Amino acid sequence: MQESAFLLGQVFNGVSVASLFVLAALGLALSFGLMRVINMAHGEMLMLGGYLAYMTLAVVPGPLGLLVALPVAFLGAALLGAVLEFTIIHRLSARPLDTLLATWGVSLILQQAARNLFGAIGVQVIAPGWLDHTVAISSGVLGGLTLPDTRIFILLVAAIVLGAIALLLNRTRLGLYVRAVNQDRPVAAAMGVNARLVDLLVFSLGTGVAGLAGVILALLGPVTPTVGQSYIVPAFLVVILGGLGSLVGTTIASLIVGLFTALIEIFVDVSLAQVLLLVFVIVFIQFRPQGVITVRTRALEG
Amino acid sequence: MALKHFGLAAALLATTMLGAVRPALADGTVKVGVLQSLSGTMAISEVPLEDAELLAISQLNAKGGVLGKKIVPVVEDGASDPSTFAQKATKLIEEDKVVTVFGGWTSSSRKAMLPVFQRLHSLLWYPVQFEGNECSPNIMYSGAQPNQQALPALTWAEQKGYKKIFLLGSDYVYPRTANLILKKHIAHAGLTLSGEEYVPLGGTDFSSIVAEIEQAKPDIIINTLNGDSNVSFFKQMAAAGMTPDKLPVMSFSIAEPEAQAMGPSLLAGSYTSWNYFQSLPGAANAAFVAAYKVKYGANAVVDDPMVHGYVDVMEWADAVKKAGTFDPKAVRNAAVALGFQDSPLGEVKFAPNQSMVQTGYIGQLQPDGQFKVIWSSPGPIEPVPYDPLTFPGKSCGAHSTF
Repeated sequence: MQESAFLLGQVFNGVSVASLFVLAALGLALSFGLMRVINMAHGEMLMLGGYLAYMTLAVVPGPLGLLVALPVAFLGAALLGAVLEFTIIHRLSARPLDTLLATWGVSLILQQAARNLFGAIGVQVIAPGWLDHTVAISSGVLGGLTLPDTRIFILLVAAIVLGAIALLLNRTRLGLYVRAVNQDRPVAAAMGVNARLVDLLVFSLGTGVAGLAGVILALLGPVTPTVGQSYIVPAFLVVILGGLGSLVGTTIASLIVGLFTALIEIFVDVSLAQVLLLVFVIVFIQFRPQGVITVRTRALEG
Repeated sequence: MALKHFGLAAALLATTMLGAVRPALADGTVKVGVLQSLSGTMAISEVPLEDAELLAISQLNAKGGVLGKKIVPVVEDGASDPSTFAQKATKLIEEDKVVTVFGGWTSSSRKAMLPVFQRLHSLLWYPVQFEGNECSPNIMYSGAQPNQQALPALTWAEQKGYKKIFLLGSDYVYPRTANLILKKHIAHAGLTLSGEEYVPLGGTDFSSIVAEIEQAKPDIIINTLNGDSNVSFFKQMAAAGMTPDKLPVMSFSIAEPEAQAMGPSLLAGSYTSWNYFQSLPGAANAAFVAAYKVKYGANAVVDDPMVHGYVDVMEWADAVKKAGTFDPKAVRNAAVALGFQDSPLGEVKFAPNQSMVQTGYIGQLQPDGQFKVIWSSPGPIEPVPYDPLTFPGKSCGAHSTF
């Protein structure tokens, strides 16, 4: 394999990992920006997405099962998010530390529920046949470069989701309300925006995206009761690096984290790469505590 | 003799303190400890192992027990935590007065229990394959030493003509030590090490490693990843077009239950090296598998560590019969002198160094989740706790101390 092909392959891998992070972190960023809620159960929404994919594939086997699983997981996780918001988070809205503790409890309950329902070992989700190929370049400067279809698919899904959310936030009336509440909740409410409903919708949108991410993860990794835990830490990392509550910041931060890891792994092993990533983020936050993108919002003041 | 008076006094004391002194031998029962993780991350693997140990005990009791005494298992939970293992081992020996303990899985749990058994002069039966480099007079090591699992795998790969070997593992003591030994033997045999990579325990992203494997183009990957990381690895390899039939993978931590859980279709065609497969022929194995299924369900699968746990209990009973006593030191001395016995593993015995002499097998995973034995060592392999190439000058022979 050519050096240039290997390098480009790593850039592609970095972008691919970034696309997973952005899907996993988006909901966290949205709900924190709007409601100042740190949802510790966010990882379990990924887990739920994985199990919903498993169940959907059992009902709809065959090549299109995955395409059915995506909306099912989105709706399922969004519904659970709505229930969670309505029953717990909304009632603890002015107490961020209590929310942290309560959502952590919810995360434990959901993990144990998955364990009781499906067993501790996890379930099997297999990528459909049409994702079983690779795009291989056999000659030229990039000879030897192979791009798995699965990762291209994930990249596409992430791009579509990001595009849709950007449109929703910037081009629709709901998006206007979200931005208004984000900037100044009391004034927006005084203008007649139903801030309560906006909270509910944004929170369940965030968990729904996490559910989608869960389906995608099932193509690359295991579906187990604790799978959410492996992604929640990188997701928080991305949110902090990106600037709390910013869509663009989250995307850029995902790219930074993904590319940084993929490129540094050319030189060092995976364990050391993680250490260096954390060191990088700590140093970055020292010089730019507000993250990549600064969000001006009253919600984040005082 | 003063001992006689002491015995009388002890008997009197026993009646007043109700079982504080050797209640294990007081009536028609004898207590043994069963110490596995029944909770925490290791419970997935250790609960079935505990089931197998309890099955052996109930089979012995059905035949009238040992030396005329019923065996009472005292079950404790190590909770996947080394210091809990040490605590519970102390409790089993000191409070419950068990005559021996069956248990442990991770090397860290064994390392934590080792000083307890040495200090209290008791005997632990450890059933899991491990990295060797340890030689305690108070532990019976029935799981494979590196020269009974890792090295047979390398010998097989060499015979198949695989020359470029890629080592991949989780980042902790077993893969690091196993690969240290493998690297010495790879160099010694004139093979090529085409790469060596570790991922943190539970790691899920293999994109860089897959790219490195693509570039290194090894003939075979020797995989010591643990747990769920295997699922991520095999899925991401398959996505890159490198399925086990195109690039062979030899795994040391995947047995029947793991293959079942991860999905045989994902792993089908990959290889693994153990001293036991459920598919092994032999009447003893057929009887064991049947008995296990009767007790724990028709879909239950068994694997190498479970069978070692089962065989440990049976070897202990035979050693007790040979020694004529439950005294741990006498039982230890009898166990290493038992000679070859038939078992679900085939013909096995304990060597003077207290590790098991057993055959190495290579299995290939079939679509039904069972392994087909495609290679076996020429005969039972003598256990070597200290690999001579890696740890020159260290050896482990018969123990006189206890």
